[in-house]
Amino acid sequence: MAKITFITQDNIPVTVEGESGSVMALAVDNNIAGIDGDCGGVCSCATCHVHVAKDQFSLVGEASEIEKDMLELDDSTDDYSRLCCQIDITDELDGLVLTVAG
Amino acid sequence: MKKHLSPDPFKNTRATSGCAHMDDQNDPVTMILRLKDVRKTAHNWKTFQSGATPGRIVIPSEVKIRDTRQIPFEVDPPLHGSFRALLDPWFKRPLEADYKAKLSTQIKALVENVLKADKVETVAEFSLCLQSHALTLLLNTDGSEADTWIGWGTHVFRSEHDPLDGNKAALLYDYIDAQIKSAAINPRHDLYSVLLAAQVDGKKLTFDEIKGIMILTFAGGRDTVINAVTNTIAYFAENPESLVRLRNEPEIIGRAIEELIRYFAPLTQMGRVATEDTQVCEHAIAADSRVSLCWASANRDESVFESPDEVILDRKLNPHVSFGFSHHNCLGATHARQIMRILIDTLIEKVSSIDILDCEENIETLGEFSRKVGFHRLNVKFNPR
Repeated sequence: MAKITFITQDNIPVTVEGESGSVMALAVDNNIAGIDGDCGGVCSCATCHVHVAKDQFSLVGEASEIEKDMLELDDSTDDYSRLCCQIDITDELDGLVLTVAG
Repeated sequence: MKKHLSPDPFKNTRATSGCAHMDDQNDPVTMILRLKDVRKTAHNWKTFQSGATPGRIVIPSEVKIRDTRQIPFEVDPPLHGSFRALLDPWFKRPLEADYKAKLSTQIKALVENVLKADKVETVAEFSLCLQSHALTLLLNTDGSEADTWIGWGTHVFRSEHDPLDGNKAALLYDYIDAQIKSAAINPRHDLYSVLLAAQVDGKKLTFDEIKGIMILTFAGGRDTVINAVTNTIAYFAENPESLVRLRNEPEIIGRAIEELIRYFAPLTQMGRVATEDTQVCEHAIAADSRVSLCWASANRDESVFESPDEVILDRKLNPHVSFGFSHHNCLGATHARQIMRILIDTLIEKVSSIDILDCEENIETLGEFSRKVGFHRLNVKFNPR
């Protein structure tokens, strides 16, 4: 079980809990504004872009090459960007804070 | 060769050159074949514009058969974004429970009907019917309108011997004109009425803008959905074990939909017009010349996709571009994905197997390439569970 906080584009923190699956699916199931997950989680649409809190980036780790290629062309990408369809929920992510990309 | 297969004609040229050239009505096109180049070009709207002469970014070009600009498809940012802000909520309605329930009712009725027949011509008697009835939901218009659209046949701009039939296109334009005028007199709850009441950047939409949005909605989602559905039926006919697998592992259906859409790439390519002298993949592109974003080739790029010519139903990393990429990603993608989801759910529930009786492939000629995009005819027998 992991509690994950999403900070939406309106700067509203929303904390939700998940056990398994992807962080994108958790966000969509909880109607987190700005996380659409149109492609269902296969890294095709980039509608689940989040910025990971800088001091927590090691928890989620680096994006794969394919994910980096997707992020490269997103205007709001920074060094701590991830597509959260590619982050699987584990107990280690408890307390993770993700800011929904604008 | 198995009939569902869609060979990749771009493989060698993609690897050796990255680009190819084709003529189209004396307005040549440089086809961009690699995934990264396609994505970068799609993203760079300032150098590769969509807001060219109406019809010019479509291949084959529709410049000779229409003057109306399709919106938001043939508009560049920032105005493009204003139109998408208006349209996106409407085109996300397929995610709503009520919409899903109605679409499911339609598709179940259609599948139950074809299960009674000894022979079904999938393109005309299944895919076109499914697409037309589903479109009444997307427009929120009367269900009986589907009969009119089915009567137009499988192509809006094409007749049997003419890939660009102006008379046939006029049928659609005249229909849309009449519908907008009718909705203006008696407002309804459909997309025409919503657009008549809407504003973009503080201004009401003009008649031509509304018409441009409606033409895009009709034309953009017709051949593409028909190809996706027909190819999917052919795939399940020759891979009955896949129906069993999806029945047993419903959690992979979402991935299976993306994979089928990647593999079959229902729209081969879309053009852009260069606004300046530039280059792609070390090929010179002259100002005011056309390039194409070849989605079908990019989806088979072996530098990105493992075993790109195989349908791997649970493919986890699948950055395909069948719905386009960047600003101009497909407005109807949510609707298309919902159609595929409910179609597969229904096939799993009601169909045990599908037999292909005979078929005629639909082959596009694109310069040096010939690409199978679907079928002109696919006669099948649906067998009940």
